[in-house]
Amino acid sequence: MERLSFDLASSSLSDMNRFLHTELSADDTRHVTVLNPDGAHNIAVGLNQPVTVDVQGHAGYYAGGMNKHARVVIHGSAGTGVAENMMSGTVHVKGFASNGAGATAHGGLLVIDGDAGLRCGISLKGGDIVVGGSVGSFSGFMAQAGRMVICGNAGDALGDSLYEAVIYLRGEAKSLGADAQFEDMTDADYSALAELLSKAGLDHDPKSFKRIASARSLYHWNADANQEY
Amino acid sequence: MCGIVGLLVKTPALKERLGELMVPMLIGMTERGPDSAGLAVFADPLSEGERKLSLYSGLTEDGADFNWHGLTHGLKAHLDVDAKIDIKHNHAVLAFRAAPEMVKRWLREHHPLLHILSTGRTIDLYKDIGTPAQVADRYDFASIKGSHLVGHTRMATESAVTPDRAHPFTAGEDFCLVHNGSLSNPNGIRRMLQPHGIHFDTDNDTEAACRFLEWRLREGDDLETALQAGFEELDGFFTFLMGTPDKLALIRDPFACKPAVVAENDDYVAIASEFRSLAHLPDIKNAKVFEPAPEEMYVWNA
Repeated sequence: MERLSFDLASSSLSDMNRFLHTELSADDTRHVTVLNPDGAHNIAVGLNQPVTVDVQGHAGYYAGGMNKHARVVIHGSAGTGVAENMMSGTVHVKGFASNGAGATAHGGLLVIDGDAGLRCGISLKGGDIVVGGSVGSFSGFMAQAGRMVICGNAGDALGDSLYEAVIYLRGEAKSLGADAQFEDMTDADYSALAELLSKAGLDHDPKSFKRIASARSLYHWNADANQEY
Repeated sequence: MCGIVGLLVKTPALKERLGELMVPMLIGMTERGPDSAGLAVFADPLSEGERKLSLYSGLTEDGADFNWHGLTHGLKAHLDVDAKIDIKHNHAVLAFRAAPEMVKRWLREHHPLLHILSTGRTIDLYKDIGTPAQVADRYDFASIKGSHLVGHTRMATESAVTPDRAHPFTAGEDFCLVHNGSLSNPNGIRRMLQPHGIHFDTDNDTEAACRFLEWRLREGDDLETALQAGFEELDGFFTFLMGTPDKLALIRDPFACKPAVVAENDDYVAIASEFRSLAHLPDIKNAKVFEPAPEEMYVWNA
């Protein structure tokens, strides 16, 4: 397995992303290290190859965005929109993540060891998100498909206007959003959760989690609701 | 979009390097705010009866060729005030031992286009249009010394790109505020404050927030109470960073719409809109880096 490293203190981010997009497939490099990321935006976005990218430091906005097949590990914190619109593969943030982590992800797994900011998993479309810490307000807003595991607490309006995504929460939510409700855990939930926790390297007992899903009362327009939900 | 930076040093040796450490922070926020930049720095206070004003001549007919020494002669002749003046092109810090309101009234009367940037015993303020690098170079920000500062890079959305609408804004004495975001009720705030005799220099939304918070402080609120009143009265998106002679304070709106990141170690507290403005700081790899939560107050003492 060939290893390669890019030092963003001395080489350009565009060159690195260009290499990852266009030259990687003809190459046998399967491990790329990014040094001195220093909060740069768009690190390792749009990958489409089974490659591991280790980012040694703090990443800026949209790191690992649109990821397909690759494994991106950020050994630091991630800015707004980490793994945004991921299709497959894995993005692992060892520190905390800012707002909009995993927004609109269609597939793949986003693991955040620390806390995530507001709007984590907003409009999730099939991806999985495991947060080792807590998430901010409006997380899981309008999430359509996929699963979110929150090992800590959640802010206000968790799962507001949920569609068919499911949220597993270990701590407490400051409040649930409109149409989100606690539901009983089934055997299928326990096994799905155990698998997600194992993939994220966490050993919490699945029995310590609660399931939050949509009550589906917003699925159809109700003219009598007087906009009060 | 705008960029915010703040730096408070805890070790005396770093006071000498305050400007040098800050300039890359400010330049790092150029993409977030390329149209104007500014900086307020807090240093050792003048004695009780002394005051200093930061003045900007770029809006006068003479611009950078403004006759600053004519101004000090005029002050002596009319008010018998001996003023010291420290000139940097279209900017000067005027220091004197006299009632600041009397001096400011004279300035408004005799030099109506001269912009008074700040008043106080500890604050010096610089702001102008141009890229952060140009503004930093114009006023030699790298040589600035002091215990703490707040800086701003502007991408205007709510009012025109002019020097007086750049940030930081000030109100009263030794208080300044920078803002990333946009307020939705600045005109309501202005209408509420004007009957209290509060005058506004511009139509900028940030100026409303700055004058509101300073008014609360002047009415006797401590900083925390004033900030709580801010959460209740100021509607819109904001990350605010404020400076007083001995504090930096930060708040974010409940939706955390505008970013902020803090790095802290034994030597300094550094605040920026994004980590890329902090990456160059000494020993940053071992600093505690965190994102301030929405609707929380963060206050650091100098």
